[in-house]
Amino acid sequence: MSIFKMPSLGADMESGRLMEWKVKEGDRVKKDQVIAEVETSKGVIEIEVFEDGVVDKILVKPGTETPVGAPLALIRTEKENSEDLLKELEALQGTALKEETPASETPEEASAPEEKMEEEAERRIRVTPVARKRARELGVDLEKLASTIKRKIGLRDVEAAAAKAAQPAKPDGMRQAIAKAMSRSNAEIPHYYLSTSINMTPALSWLEAENSKRSIKERILPAALVIRAVVKALQAVPELNGFWKDDALQVSDAIHPGIAIALRKGGLITPALIDAQEKNLDETMAAFRDLITRTRSGKLRGSEMTKQTIVITNLGDLGVERVYGVIYPPQVALVGLGRIVDAPWVEGDALAIRKVMQATLAGDHRATDGRTGALFLDKLNQLLQKPEELL
Amino acid sequence: MTKEEIKTTIKETIYEIAPELEGEEIPEDDNIQRSLEIDSYDFLNLLTELNDKLGVEVPESDYAKVDTVANMADYFAEHMQ
Repeated sequence: MSIFKMPSLGADMESGRLMEWKVKEGDRVKKDQVIAEVETSKGVIEIEVFEDGVVDKILVKPGTETPVGAPLALIRTEKENSEDLLKELEALQGTALKEETPASETPEEASAPEEKMEEEAERRIRVTPVARKRARELGVDLEKLASTIKRKIGLRDVEAAAAKAAQPAKPDGMRQAIAKAMSRSNAEIPHYYLSTSINMTPALSWLEAENSKRSIKERILPAALVIRAVVKALQAVPELNGFWKDDALQVSDAIHPGIAIALRKGGLITPALIDAQEKNLDETMAAFRDLITRTRSGKLRGSEMTKQTIVITNLGDLGVERVYGVIYPPQVALVGLGRIVDAPWVEGDALAIRKVMQATLAGDHRATDGRTGALFLDKLNQLLQKPEELL
Repeated sequence: MTKEEIKTTIKETIYEIAPELEGEEIPEDDNIQRSLEIDSYDFLNLLTELNDKLGVEVPESDYAKVDTVANMADYFAEHMQ
């Protein structure tokens, strides 16, 4: 038997609400089967079981807020040792309870019901979804705004109100969670940063020619080509793909890059593109497309929230040229890709205009040195000069 | 299909691709991606959907001609004949 616990779906998660059981007591389950849905500050995530067995007992009812690590169910497997299991369960329940009691007195917890009421009040106000998102970002009180504007509130109303008030934004749950994780990262990880300019003209010309042969549904986005190149570069420089655990670097053979994806309601998450090292360019594009669709519709798997071995962030769509990222512990690196811009470029003894992208690497200096990072960026550059080899 | 009808189809499709824009007015002469926070993935989805609805496939080399709703409607009107 084993204990199925509330997983940590990211360094910034402290608890989750069990939404739905997909199985009942007595059901046979297989490794990687989705058995529950959990709501976190990042949306609803499908949770998989990690071994074959039978659901022996369900310990938590749907709707229950449960701290990370607390037992959710008992799974009976072949090797049984119920006594040990019960002991472990007792210990776990002890800690879970202990954690819960003081936590409920903290201001964060106390404000939770209040926040929920606010959310409900907000929902009654007639406002477009994008305006609601912007209001949250800018800290605009929609209720107050609704008392002066009688029609449906739009983006412009919110922005006008924010400009007028210029009040500090009230952070939401996800913002606070990210704040906590990033502070920890910056406090713990001695970052180093490297950056290089990559001539993307060969890759983009090749991609345009390739895409012109394809139907619109089979087109490859430049982002997928770059992800593929990053994965191949990591195979050449594997020290950047893995974890810093117990004061040592643990290199991962599998490459599960977390891809930064903006959410429609605001915020950003980095679900893993699982086993990217086994995917060719078409498969990488298909997986990338699937990942964005599921991220935005709230259908991610638990494993996709926890298995990242590195993060690739592409803020290029926002128009920035360089991204200096903060590493998500226990990962040891983050690749930042900037916007592709027309820039002067020396070729031979002539000056030309080329499509240029800044690739940045944030590395954990405990795990690797700048030399490793430089090798990686050089390899990435070389790969993008021969895009046909990325197919 | 008139140009106005094409514009309406484009706007309806934008609302389908980016449901958070529901209720917002979509400007006709501003860059679609920049003014509406539509990323390259959404933009490809938009063109894929419009290809299904209107039967016109926009090659990448013509992306500059479909940057705003108005330009996109002109482009589709021209290529639907």
